Amino acid sequence: MKEVDLVVIGGGPAGMAAAVKAKEKGVQDVLILERENSLGGILNQCIHNGFGLHYFGEELTGLEYAARFIDKVHRMNIPYCLETMVLNIGSDKTVTAVNSTEGVFTIKAKSIILAMGCRERTRGALNIPGTRPSGIYTAGTAQKYVNIYGYMPGKSVVILGSGDIGLIMARRLTLEGAEVKMVCELLPYSSGLTRNIVQCLDDYNIPLKLNHTVVAVHGKERLEGVTVAEVDQNRKPIPETAEFVPCDTLLLSVGLIPENELSRDAGIELDPVTSGPVVDARMETSVEGIFACGNVAHVHDLVDNVSNESELAGESAAEYILGINVPDRSETIVVKAGNGIRYTVPQLIRKQSLSRDTVKIFFRVADVYRNVRLAARCGNNILVERKRIKVTPGEMETLELKSQDLREINAGEELVIELRTDGEGH
Amino acid sequence: MPEKRNLICINCPVGCLIEVTLDGDTINSIKGYQCKRGLEYARAECTNPVRTVTSTVRVKDGILPVAPVKTEKPIPKRLIRDCMKEINRCCVQAPVKIGDVIVENLLGTGVNIVATGNVPEAHGKNGS
Ligand SMILES: Cc1cc2nc3c(=O)[nH]c(=O)nc-3n(C[C@H](O)[C@H](O)[C@H](O)COP(=O)(O)OP(=O)(O)OC[C@H]3O[C@@H](n4cnc5c(N)ncnc54)[C@H](O)[C@@H]3O)c2cc1C
Ligand code: SF4
Repeated sequence: MKEVDLVVIGGGPAGMAAAVKAKEKGVQDVLILERENSLGGILNQCIHNGFGLHYFGEELTGLEYAARFIDKVHRMNIPYCLETMVLNIGSDKTVTAVNSTEGVFTIKAKSIILAMGCRERTRGALNIPGTRPSGIYTAGTAQKYVNIYGYMPGKSVVILGSGDIGLIMARRLTLEGAEVKMVCELLPYSSGLTRNIVQCLDDYNIPLKLNHTVVAVHGKERLEGVTVAEVDQNRKPIPETAEFVPCDTLLLSVGLIPENELSRDAGIELDPVTSGPVVDARMETSVEGIFACGNVAHVHDLVDNVSNESELAGESAAEYILGINVPDRSETIVVKAGNGIRYTVPQLIRKQSLSRDTVKIFFRVADVYRNVRLAARCGNNILVERKRIKVTPGEMETLELKSQDLREINAGEELVIELRTDGEGH
Repeated sequence: MPEKRNLICINCPVGCLIEVTLDGDTINSIKGYQCKRGLEYARAECTNPVRTVTSTVRVKDGILPVAPVKTEKPIPKRLIRDCMKEINRCCVQAPVKIGDVIVENLLGTGVNIVATGNVPEAHGKNGS
């Protein structure tokens, strides 16, 4: 069996950043496995700009951002296999993959980094009654058609779900001459970035219908229209509000979910909220020596954060392989999503891995809130607190904690990330 | 009378909320941005709003039928439609390399349209 120090699964921005960092930190033997025919991941279909301002200090398109990392991979001579699909990983850190030149093969790794990204949800779409005419696509599939294959999915479009891909596609299809009738969002707020609402919908006068959903699709062979209705507080459609909207295309942009089959099969503990592996502050999963980063760990809206998080995972894997700073895994602080918080990453902190000055906790709030404070608390002790004018579930939040403060917390104690409103607490 | 305008910076996904106070055409104050680009954006949005346009151009004899492009710099918002017309008129010969100038001096703005991705030449393109 072939032996490799570090196998990185997925050659998107997460996998590339992790591989580059691990090599920089002294791991000589790194291998990236990617199922597509090029490195770059989802960025290959992101022709729009808005990437890299924080990481590179300049604004790039998705492809340009990917190209910078592909260059780094080449310059550092990191080997990668394309059109190679990983089928299985074992908790003993064996990786089984398949490609057309080698067939099915198994690699024994000292450490593995999971960087498989995420896929689009179709949930919600599945219980739309009616026939199944052609003309219904996920927004990401449509993005791939238009941006890579130069093929327009239709002329008049309704978009269900206001996730970022849907918003980006609303503008893209409009610019290519299609009529985007509306974007329907079941919730009272958009899950997309505010910037995309301004730049993709408002700029083109595309209506965003909050508290609306598609209740039926019409058409035999090709989609002829959809029925749209407003929903009540319990998200149940209000029949009197039903309206027929003619269109030949329906795009679904109802969210992303981490690719987690491989993780689950490897016996890695998953977080039911993120759907990704439970990780510690070094991005290590419940299986020692297996790390996760990028969209496979939790869905990011900013690739810059993906790169930073993945560098951390790469560095941690390097330390693990080289036997530096490997923590005793028994002493942990549990990071808990408290009041108003949906999830946190990491979900736990290993007390003996506080070798860096600070630890960043990423999280999402559960709803839209105004004039709140985001806090990290242990017992009655508030470690950090930040005022925010507005927070929304669509934008990832962070709190940076001093390792010095975290060392004072006893193993087994909880670090609660929570939302505080004025009038409550101190 | 000073007028208040709330803007959302679109230059990066952080989406800072920026508050501008205007007195006629004069900007009195700009608050809420986290970096210089936000300040510049707020100034421009109140005087001459601009956008970077990204799209694809048709490619002849490439491994893919289209190549991604962008305006090298943001262009006036009112020119977006005309810019798309220019882009859709183009057809470039493969290979296309990242950074290649596709349209020079777009609509007299002094801004070029450049390729943002590579499209290598297809081999055996005529089926031969
Ligand atoms: C439409 C859209 C718009 C976005 N807009 C912005 C934006 O404006 N600004 C911004 O900063 N960010 C944006 N993002 C977010 C950013 O692109 C992502 O966060 C980032 O690409 C995630 O990187 P990743 O490497 O984790 O995942 P991916 O890019 O998805 O890469 C994962 C890779 O793993 C491979 N893989 C999966 N399973 C296997 C397997 N079993 N074997 C081998 N390989 C496998 C996949 O083929 C893929 O190449 C956007 C994302 C999307 C989808
Ligand atoms: S001000 Fe700077 S950090 Fe804030 S949204 Fe604009 S570009 Fe991003």
